[in-house]
Amino acid sequence: MIEALTTYLNEDLLPLPFCPGCGHSAIVKHLDAALVQLQLDPRQMVLVTDIGCQGLADHYFDTNAFHGLHGRSVTYATGIKLANPDLKAIVLIGDGGTGIGGHHLLNAARRNMGITVLVFNNLNFGMTGGEHSVTTPPGARTTTTRYGHLERPLDLCATVGVNGAGFVARTTSFDKNLPDLIAAAIQHDGFALIDIWELCTAYFVEENRFNRALLERTMNDLGFATGILYRHDGPEYSQATRAALSDQRGKPTLPPQPLEPRYTSAVETAVHCAIAGAAGAKIGSAASIFCQGAILSGLWATQRSDYPVTVKTGHSVADVVLSRDDAFHVGTTPPDLLIALFPEGLHKERGRIARLGPEATLFIDAALLPVETAARVVPLDFSGTRQKKEAWAMMAVAAMLGQTGLYPLDALREAAALRPAFAAQNLAAIAAGVELLARG
Amino acid sequence: MREFIDGAEAIARGALDAGCTFFAGYPITPATPILLHMIRELPKVGGVAIQAEDEIASLGFCLGAAMTGARAMTATSGPGIALYSEHTGLAIMGEVPVVIVNVQRMGPSTGGATTTAQGDIQFMRWGTSGGYPVIVLAPTDVRDCYRLTGRAFDLAERFRVPVFLATDKDTVATRATVDLAAYERVPVRERPLADPAVTFVPYHVTRLDDVPPLAHFGGLHLVRFTSSSHDERGYLTKNPPDVDRLNRHLAAKIEDHLDEVALVESDLQDGAEALVISYGITARPAQKAVQTARAAGRRVSSLVVRSLWPVPEAAIRAALGGVRRAVVVELNLGQYRREIERLARDDQEVVGVHRVDGTLIGAGEILVEGGLA
Repeated sequence: MIEALTTYLNEDLLPLPFCPGCGHSAIVKHLDAALVQLQLDPRQMVLVTDIGCQGLADHYFDTNAFHGLHGRSVTYATGIKLANPDLKAIVLIGDGGTGIGGHHLLNAARRNMGITVLVFNNLNFGMTGGEHSVTTPPGARTTTTRYGHLERPLDLCATVGVNGAGFVARTTSFDKNLPDLIAAAIQHDGFALIDIWELCTAYFVEENRFNRALLERTMNDLGFATGILYRHDGPEYSQATRAALSDQRGKPTLPPQPLEPRYTSAVETAVHCAIAGAAGAKIGSAASIFCQGAILSGLWATQRSDYPVTVKTGHSVADVVLSRDDAFHVGTTPPDLLIALFPEGLHKERGRIARLGPEATLFIDAALLPVETAARVVPLDFSGTRQKKEAWAMMAVAAMLGQTGLYPLDALREAAALRPAFAAQNLAAIAAGVELLARG
Repeated sequence: MREFIDGAEAIARGALDAGCTFFAGYPITPATPILLHMIRELPKVGGVAIQAEDEIASLGFCLGAAMTGARAMTATSGPGIALYSEHTGLAIMGEVPVVIVNVQRMGPSTGGATTTAQGDIQFMRWGTSGGYPVIVLAPTDVRDCYRLTGRAFDLAERFRVPVFLATDKDTVATRATVDLAAYERVPVRERPLADPAVTFVPYHVTRLDDVPPLAHFGGLHLVRFTSSSHDERGYLTKNPPDVDRLNRHLAAKIEDHLDEVALVESDLQDGAEALVISYGITARPAQKAVQTARAAGRRVSSLVVRSLWPVPEAAIRAALGGVRRAVVVELNLGQYRREIERLARDDQEVVGVHRVDGTLIGAGEILVEGGLA
């Protein structure tokens, strides 16, 4: 039979390091009492502490411990819980940590992450020298509000409560029922927070002639109710995410989509082809199919993309290099072939077009002419086509391939049919592109 | 058989093949495709992937998960690396194996989100308080993205340290042809775990350069983890001998094992007049420039550095050999050149070929600016 644990504190390391009269000592002892009550396996729980005086507390417990950075304790507890939902993650954080880490607190509550957060709320920064925190009451004197605090204090309980926390309570370190309350919070499956108000005898008490009665009166004056303020159940995140995704388990991950060369190409030295157009006009898709057709023809292809931060506006340029070797060309040479479509494509590429030499070929939407270039110009007249603008890039690629004979059009057709959902429209575009060339 | 894939997919596949079970990230161009792959793929292997509320939380989640037994990775770009700083430091201090992919974009600040750069080379190494070492690997192409992701996990486990994969927009977003048989799979290193039968002392090492075995939260041992200077039991301490031992250990465990990390591709010529040094996306045009110079009768060596930090000093010194000039090619104003300058002899000139306009450096520029034309 396993003997019941009578304390989770390491008695060899006591006494606790907190100032005489500091509420932290009381809260730590109440937490120990709660753990004794629950008889948690110290190996199946992690005490996650923040920066500030409460961050010294884990030192004194014989449990797993993770002492991290200011305000980030909730993020470690979240990672621990996500990696092993069976563990109990208990966060000790000061009012300072709830300020700098408020974002994490809010999001853990919103997700209903199954962690317990105990806020050691002594209304100021005790460790660094009595500065004000997000919970400092108005009018209070701190070392950074020498003439009285003007800010409204953060209502921690309401903040996490309205954002999904299922167990939220406020009390003081003087509360004799705190062990029971902490035990209930730990047992709550989802996100739980107890805002525990207490005295900082090093600073806040001295600066404000503060005491227990004034602490309780301040809560009352602010309208900050005590007791359990929110209590409801909901799906705990670390378990819910596993359950929701369980049907994905065992599916193949990123299987290769092999392309077996079955055509031949006459390309010997690397060919650089730039395809310039507008975002949303399937420039990248056409370039990919062009590359895949080349790979089916025994070539090596790379496709480098250039685009602005906007999504369906602005330019889209693909620089494709086809070669006999796998040199991972990234298109730093001037293009041998340049396809220019849409005003956005021309606008982006006007410089490169002007620098093209006479050995280069420019395939360009006839409507964009004239342009300044030394390259041979092949106008593509889209005016008579019934194809949508989204098909123009594929058409232009087919026309360019038909004209240059870099590799067989059948390889392009096979590549275009690789994604069944788009096969029909891609093949139609290729046919229209070949026709465009014949007409030109 | 060949396939046509981009670096982001190769990194995701490399991570999955390395046994990655946890990913947390925050959307940022141009690293987002890695987040999307991991969100889609990790549940298939029973792992967890989550979009965190910000970059600080992304790495915080990873560290919590890693100490609970996960193999964790995150991916971001320069502005995210800035926010990772405090947790990178925590990973160094707590000795957490974690892989951080940095898809570099143009800086400073927001810079150019869709614009490639190599501006974070010194930042990744020195971007934490205290300045203790991390490992930084730089893939040159898509195949390398796969291999070095595996290597990053391997080194993270070996040294219990954050390992950065220093990529850039064009390495990650460029699609390339890869021969399926050419992928090099790095064997998955078993995490050295503490013996369950022996009393566990979380940070106990016999020699300064040892790496302490891990025990996970939820296992048989009680685990103490702390961001504070600590003794071998994981208890906060200011005792100078303990603090000294800890900090020297954090450096020695990596710096005394440079040979285990060093990864370079040396293509040296006897009697070479110059050595072209490159890494990441600039490696291919640099190698092309060397080939061109040789075809024109010049004697030129090439060194592609894949392990940027710790600096593979022995390999760089060996490659510098008797050359008169080292040409360092990079998409910044000479960040790694500083390392070469300190390794070069006084009679060796170190020349930088730089670009910070968002376009790539071409072989032609390297030849001209490197005095190789």
